[in-house]
Amino acid sequence: MTIATALLLGAFHGLNPAMGWLFAVARGLQERSRDKLLASLPAIAAGHLGSVAVVAVVVGVTGSLTTATALSIAGGAVLVGFGLWRLLSKRHFRWVGMRLSLPQLAGWSFLMSSAHGAGLMLIPVFTGLRPAGPGQGGEHAGHLAHAAQSVTAGLGVAALHTVGMLVVSAVVALTVYEVAGLTVLRRAWFNVDRMWAAALVAAGLFTLFQA
Amino acid sequence: MALWTPDPTFYPSPRDAAAAPGERYAYVAAFDRQAARPDAIAVLDTDPASPGYGTVAGWTELPNTGDELHHFGWNACSSALCPYAPHPHVERRYLVVPGIRSSRIHILDTKDRVSPEIVKVVEAEELARRAGYSRPHTVHCGPEGLYVSALGGADGQDGPGGIAILDHESFEVLGRWEMDRGPQYLSYDFWWHINHDVLVTSEWGTPSMIENGLVGELLLGRKYGHRLHFWDLRKRRHVQEVDLGDQYQMPLELRPAHDPTRTYGFAGVVISVEDLSASVWIWFHEDGRWQARKVVDIPAEPADPADLPDLLKPFGAVPPLVTDIDLSVDDQRLYVSCWGTGELKQYDVSDPFKPVEIGSLRLGGIVRGTPHPADGGRLRGGPQMVEVSRDGRRVYVSNSLYGAWDDQFYPEGVGAWLAKIDTEPFALDERFFPHGDDFRGLRPHQVRLQGGDASSDSYCYP
Repeated sequence: MTIATALLLGAFHGLNPAMGWLFAVARGLQERSRDKLLASLPAIAAGHLGSVAVVAVVVGVTGSLTTATALSIAGGAVLVGFGLWRLLSKRHFRWVGMRLSLPQLAGWSFLMSSAHGAGLMLIPVFTGLRPAGPGQGGEHAGHLAHAAQSVTAGLGVAALHTVGMLVVSAVVALTVYEVAGLTVLRRAWFNVDRMWAAALVAAGLFTLFQA
Repeated sequence: MALWTPDPTFYPSPRDAAAAPGERYAYVAAFDRQAARPDAIAVLDTDPASPGYGTVAGWTELPNTGDELHHFGWNACSSALCPYAPHPHVERRYLVVPGIRSSRIHILDTKDRVSPEIVKVVEAEELARRAGYSRPHTVHCGPEGLYVSALGGADGQDGPGGIAILDHESFEVLGRWEMDRGPQYLSYDFWWHINHDVLVTSEWGTPSMIENGLVGELLLGRKYGHRLHFWDLRKRRHVQEVDLGDQYQMPLELRPAHDPTRTYGFAGVVISVEDLSASVWIWFHEDGRWQARKVVDIPAEPADPADLPDLLKPFGAVPPLVTDIDLSVDDQRLYVSCWGTGELKQYDVSDPFKPVEIGSLRLGGIVRGTPHPADGGRLRGGPQMVEVSRDGRRVYVSNSLYGAWDDQFYPEGVGAWLAKIDTEPFALDERFFPHGDDFRGLRPHQVRLQGGDASSDSYCYP
């Protein structure tokens, strides 16, 4: 269940033009080079992984310091708040600049994914990863062990999620670059932002109810 | 309200845009030279199947007088599809209309109506306080919002002119664009090579140099602009200036290639003080630096001083005065307005370094006054602002340059008219000639076509 959720969310991010495959295609078209497109994808995936991993680490460490209930309430509240902000705000991600090095491209992807709340959507998964015997009382060493365990598990989920994202991004980018062409964007680029924002709120409520 | 699918007027590439449907309306900035009545946006019916084809279908007056409408632009365009910060579900809906004399910026809603509705006015004071500029001119929709060039400084300062950034949702002035302007002081037009993170600006003059007419001593003293400036669009820094030579006074309109992989563009120069000729230049990036080369030279036409306005009598010739140029969306055709001699030239620029003149139309002109076939009377003014439809099949020209300058070159009155030219074959459309009272005493300047035109959109995909 956890694995499927992580992969599916990754695939969903992979489909979204704003999350990077479109940037990879543009870089390829600009240089008339498929290699340039292919080289861009790992950098974009790395930035995405970074964004999701930050959330995994924060949830893992926080989880070892507090109760499961508090963690779920905090996580749920963050999700609901962020989702509502995404739903109501008219502001969109801003960035100037097309000619980026690969590290800069990874940085762009990190910021774009974070602004999108890509990692936050995995909070319900991360909070469910807590090892048995939560860190209430116990020894100090136990805390650390728990933290290490949940962080490792969280990073595993983040990596899995990113694999899903990368594979779908690559397939879409290559299909558009080689076969379909970008004209398809005019009809097929659905505005998923509001649905995504609503989904963030729903995931937050789900987490809160589980608390 | 955001859309569910991208605004249908956004196109990923210039190739896609060239297949766009024809425009149903053209929006025209019209101003009252006496500043006694409000300026207006006139809406022309450009649908050949409509009974009102070629007539004024809509009219929106501004709330004040003395704005002198000049150039304007859209709140959003195809650059919303650019991959690094896509927001394709905004609407191309609002016209952003600066008054070049009042420094007010008007926001007009065009959605579901023929005559646009004014929804906001940004006062000169806000532009001055937030950006330190006045006399707003060119508007382009770009990566950080709306970019608006301005000719003058604020708080009594004549210059430098530069670019202000406006929020593209709230239309508030966010501030001055430049972080480091280097040697740039004079300002006029700007555009960019968006995929190369390069911005280009041209030079006209400060408000004191232009607002009371062309100043002969300044022109002969070669004090008007004669440089192009290249900037880093990301870092907002001046990178390089290219001096065309101080005899080449007033490089105005900038038309970069629409193909985002290319790094060349065209600039029109109004006049050479050596022989009154006008010219078109190409800029390009080669050997690691920006360069410019003259590719079109248009000579002055000898004339009887008795036929000339006072300003030109000593020279015994009519200067062509290339005051606007426009490059088709497919980068294949360049249209050049000769406002002095009354001519519109068509060039094949498939090799941009070697333009080939393939068409010419005579209309108006200081000496010739060539009539329009639909009317027959002597025509004052000449082809000035030129706009090309996205498919490249239609060209629109209006006849007023700039209030005070109109009066110097056409002292008997510049008139008011707007003509349409079909490009294949290159000929005037006799059914389309709003003129005279159609413009209710105002003078028409820039034309913007519904859904976008050849000088409104930037594309991030080749």
